[in-house]
Amino acid sequence: MLGYIIRRILAILPVLLIVAVIVFLMLRLSPGDPAAILAGDAATPAQIDRIRTELGLNDPLHVQFITWMGQLLQGDLGTSLISRTDVWTMIERRIDPTINIALLTIFISVMLAVPMGVIAAWKHRTWADYLVMTFSVLGFSIPVFVIGYIFISIFSLQLRWLPVQGYTAPSEDLLGFFQRAILPALTLATIYIALIARMTRASMLEVLNEDYIRTARAKGVSERDVLFRHALRNAAVPIMTIIGIGFALLIGGVVVTESVFNIPGIGRLTVDAILARDYPVIQAMILLTAGIYVLVNLLIDLSYSLIDPRIRY
Amino acid sequence: MTEALNLKSRLLRRGGGIAAGALLAATLLTPAVSEAQTITGVMHSGLRVLDPVITTAHITRNHAYMIYDVLLAQDENFEPQPQMADWEVSDDGLTYTFTLRDGLVFHDGEAVTAEDAVASLNRWGKRDSGGQLIFDVTESLEATDEKTLTWTLSEPFEPLISVISKQSALPPFIMPKRVAETSADTPIEEHIGSGPFVFVEDEFDPGQRVVYERFDDYVPRDEEPSWMAGGKHVYVDRVVWVNMADQQTAINALGAGEIDYIEQVQVDLLPMVESNPDVVVERRDPLGYQTMGRMNFKHPPFDDKKLRQAALLALSQEDVLATMVGNPEYYELCGAIFGCGTPLADETGSESLTSGGDPEAAAQLLEEAGYDGTPVVLMAPTDVVTLNDQPVVAAQALRNAGFVVDLQPMDWQSVVTRRASMDPPSEGGWNIFFTNWMLPEVADPLINVMLNGRGDDGWFGWPEDEAVEALRADYVAAASPEEQAEVARKIQAHALDEVLYVPLGQYFFPQATGTNISGIIPAPVPVFWNVKKED
Repeated sequence: MLGYIIRRILAILPVLLIVAVIVFLMLRLSPGDPAAILAGDAATPAQIDRIRTELGLNDPLHVQFITWMGQLLQGDLGTSLISRTDVWTMIERRIDPTINIALLTIFISVMLAVPMGVIAAWKHRTWADYLVMTFSVLGFSIPVFVIGYIFISIFSLQLRWLPVQGYTAPSEDLLGFFQRAILPALTLATIYIALIARMTRASMLEVLNEDYIRTARAKGVSERDVLFRHALRNAAVPIMTIIGIGFALLIGGVVVTESVFNIPGIGRLTVDAILARDYPVIQAMILLTAGIYVLVNLLIDLSYSLIDPRIRY
Repeated sequence: MTEALNLKSRLLRRGGGIAAGALLAATLLTPAVSEAQTITGVMHSGLRVLDPVITTAHITRNHAYMIYDVLLAQDENFEPQPQMADWEVSDDGLTYTFTLRDGLVFHDGEAVTAEDAVASLNRWGKRDSGGQLIFDVTESLEATDEKTLTWTLSEPFEPLISVISKQSALPPFIMPKRVAETSADTPIEEHIGSGPFVFVEDEFDPGQRVVYERFDDYVPRDEEPSWMAGGKHVYVDRVVWVNMADQQTAINALGAGEIDYIEQVQVDLLPMVESNPDVVVERRDPLGYQTMGRMNFKHPPFDDKKLRQAALLALSQEDVLATMVGNPEYYELCGAIFGCGTPLADETGSESLTSGGDPEAAAQLLEEAGYDGTPVVLMAPTDVVTLNDQPVVAAQALRNAGFVVDLQPMDWQSVVTRRASMDPPSEGGWNIFFTNWMLPEVADPLINVMLNGRGDDGWFGWPEDEAVEALRADYVAAASPEEQAEVARKIQAHALDEVLYVPLGQYFFPQATGTNISGIIPAPVPVFWNVKKED
């Protein structure tokens, strides 16, 4: 197992290298010039060119790439071309809201969606099943920004229970965190509840028809134990996959929700960097996202062996 | 409430800690109240670039007015007034002497000296077009003692004081000498000024949030504030600028009392704020913005004066502004290249623009010029609310006159990059694009970059126009405001005859504040001195 984990972690390096080369080339080949953006509307082409030279953007591509790789190997993500801020500091500031809201979203989703999926499968083709499936279709169909605005309208503007926007770190004020994070988390959770509930229902339906379930029932095992100890555990592998991918997607950035609730997260940082052609920030964000995906996949794979003893690495 | 508490305790018992915590927050607590004496404002964009010399971005200039001070500043009548310094001009107009006032201190506690001012002016003069013209005739600029700087010219430069005191695009902000010695093409990395607010670097989140604290050692002038001139009295402890990508969120936040100020409210969302009795909506900037189109003089079809004139005749300000703004309260037809409401305003040559366009006359000119159907490559940004509509309206107007138009949608940053290309339109170049300016950025022939006739050394579009350069020299040499106005009239007529650019009228943004905010100075630049907040 340990050998497997080490091999998988080492495999991250070539993945990141390939991502780094592709991202670097794509950014340099796409239209856009950070120097022109930095200089503003009234700058002349000659002034912009001088700024390009100062920023090193007129250096040959291979020189720029080697410089960047050299920085990366020393653990330095570089400096923003636009704000001259250290990229790692920028990410550090924005990652906290993203991770905390992602965790809260996944927590809410799992707590609600798994029981919903189990009940839907257990009460297959009854009103409970149809109710869960209807919610699921709605969760998929309604755009998140619409759900966000509806929540704001009800809970913030009419009932005045919660703030409209913003973010407070849990380390500063835990209640403040929940006040501000609960609506974005619920908004994001609607789609994940829909996804996880459907997946749970489908997996459970398959498992509930297995012989060992019939045997368990024949032995007189309570229905709750049948569902949650025998059936759910065997149905859990695809559910874990969905949860893991969902978490990675949330960490990768949820721009629309961040915009609607004005959360200073990774998603807006990435989009703003792309719009401003801020190469070091875009490169760092894509590498970070790629790294998170690889790590989350590893954790999902490892979780399989915990859930299903037949799976060994 | 009791039901909610019962539900909360049931959830807690069942281990739903986070969900119950959230519910507790929802039921027991009201939203966090803004900190006392902090004004939170949503600005028109996020602050990313901190160097006010390297960029002309408005948000950076606004930031600079918070933390830096200026030697001179213009009041609401465009009249230069002393700010950090008084000035004297020798009788021959060749020597300007500036004397710094007492009590000027940088945020690090060091006194502001004439050497700091000299270094700051030198760096600014390398980037600003007006500054470059002054330095072209500068013999020396030196600190003659701790508080005096002497600027000696080789020939008179009448508008010197006007250029030094201008509000946009690059006012000469005064920085410590060690910072101002940075190359003008390299962004500065230390942000210390002597202005009324201190920049809180630890809380700066580029593009998202910037925090300022009152500078307790700032000594304001005694005069009443007027635009960027007069006393800068600060009545709050902190000012926080946040950037909200979604204006709907900003309006909701203002309605809920979570923020105090929105710099620019989109006109189509106005009914949402106007219906709230706790919100005040008003036009802060009496002058507004000029929207305009610029053609590329290097390539067909607009290398031909007649075809540029045909394009101008085809366009109608009313069509553009009605599409772009919609509400006539917030736009104004104006054919003056220097903008209506400014001292040099004159509308000669703009009759067709302000009277609905003249497509028949445009079509006739196309025929006379022998237009061969060369497509007009029109760059159309799709991601900036104030720039999305002009290209679409203009494209149809040009088609109506007989032009073949190739409307190319792209993001604004692609426009910004591509407009720097001098290549033919078929090889990545362009023929026409649109942008907007605050009026103080176009109100003077030395500031207005579209009036630069120095070809490749000028602004995008690159007209080689010796006549306009001669007129600008006449403006510099003009001995009185009346003479300057006369030259400006000639520049207006010449600019529209050559179609150096097409002014498409003026538009205004309303600002919105809570009713507890007062004292905002009506000016093109939003500033936070003089502003009071009732708790």
